[in-house]
Amino acid sequence: MDPALFEQMAVPLFDQLYNLAHWLSGNRSDAEDLVQETFAKALRGFRSFETGTNLRAWMYRILRNTFMTSRSGLAAQKTGWLEDEDAEKTEELTAHAETPERLLLREESRQQVLEALAALGVGDREILLLCEVEELSYREIAQVLDVPMGTVMSRLSRARARLRRALSGPRRRSTDGV
Amino acid sequence: MACELKPETLAAYMDGELAAGNAPQVEEHVRNCPQCAAAVAEQMHLRRSLAAARGRYVPDPAWKKRMLTSVGSPPQQRLRWFAWLPAAIAIASVVVLMVGIAVQRRGAREEAFREVADLHVSDLASDHPVDVVSTDRHTVKPWFAGRIPFSFNVPEFAGTEFTLIGGRVVYLQQEPGAQLIVGLKQHRISVLIFREVPDSGRELPRHSGTEARAGFNVATWRADGLRFIVIGDADAGEITALAQRFRAANP
Repeated sequence: MDPALFEQMAVPLFDQLYNLAHWLSGNRSDAEDLVQETFAKALRGFRSFETGTNLRAWMYRILRNTFMTSRSGLAAQKTGWLEDEDAEKTEELTAHAETPERLLLREESRQQVLEALAALGVGDREILLLCEVEELSYREIAQVLDVPMGTVMSRLSRARARLRRALSGPRRRSTDGV
Repeated sequence: MACELKPETLAAYMDGELAAGNAPQVEEHVRNCPQCAAAVAEQMHLRRSLAAARGRYVPDPAWKKRMLTSVGSPPQQRLRWFAWLPAAIAIASVVVLMVGIAVQRRGAREEAFREVADLHVSDLASDHPVDVVSTDRHTVKPWFAGRIPFSFNVPEFAGTEFTLIGGRVVYLQQEPGAQLIVGLKQHRISVLIFREVPDSGRELPRHSGTEARAGFNVATWRADGLRFIVIGDADAGEITALAQRFRAANP
């Protein structure tokens, strides 16, 4: 693929990439750096991109890896993933123990859901963004995160459980990760 | 009551990731398991809220412009293309615009479809699926009078395989409308009727046929300023047959 064609294909993804970058990093200046670096890396490495494969997933992967190795990304992982391990077991239980009535009565506003998303740990946030917001398939998410499909499914279900928990209970952590 | 369905299977079902052969089984289970039905309804609700995260942050226009000129190709190459650059830019911007519009449209359609699917699924999961319980179309129609800003005809179901279960008032994009629940064997089908508001952004599939989406069959059409949507997990032929009856009653 020649550079011009690549540009033509990648430029329409600009706004989506920016949105994702802002959700991951939580602020404009980090998001701008992230997008800039992503495009620079993509342009340098576009020859390794195979025509016919998914350009969006490929670009997301670059963006995601760039973020995770950035200073703010490393900091976010430190706070987010330590909690993950011990919280895991109890969450799966509570997620299924709620009564249907309780689930249905809870009508969160969009704003609350978005705030809860922003307050989640970075691992939960990224997989929810890829699945629910960017609507990537499990296979594409597996490509972006470079993990097996089974891991995508279990991470996704944990992330959803934690989002539900954040919405059902009193806010436990509201400021970190943003 | 313990539910034997694995949460991950239910999630895969809702994400449209289940192997085609397994979907009917899960669907059947969800119909009979209030816990899973509620989980589906909640997930649909969350999904709709999360959709607002899409396009929530937009790049600063000046920065974007700078970026797109600098992150371009190396200068010497640009010189070579200089001659036909204006044309290329014009073509590219038209393409970008068209792709943008198509994506946006698809997004809007997807969103509208999800709202519709939400209405249908939340009704299946509800303890009070209908506000007016009646198998008699002559009871249902007047009940809606004064509750919604339009009227419509309910076809006669006597002697058909369909049964009218009842109806309720629902809202789609802040517009009040009617939801009729029609039974067919073990299936429940929603018939949703709303006023077609021009430029309301309600972008449902425009063609009049039955199509399969997210495990549902959906038929939609316009008649006399109203938008009709028939949605359910009955098979396409049955959805089309029900749609035909409503079309005939509302020419």
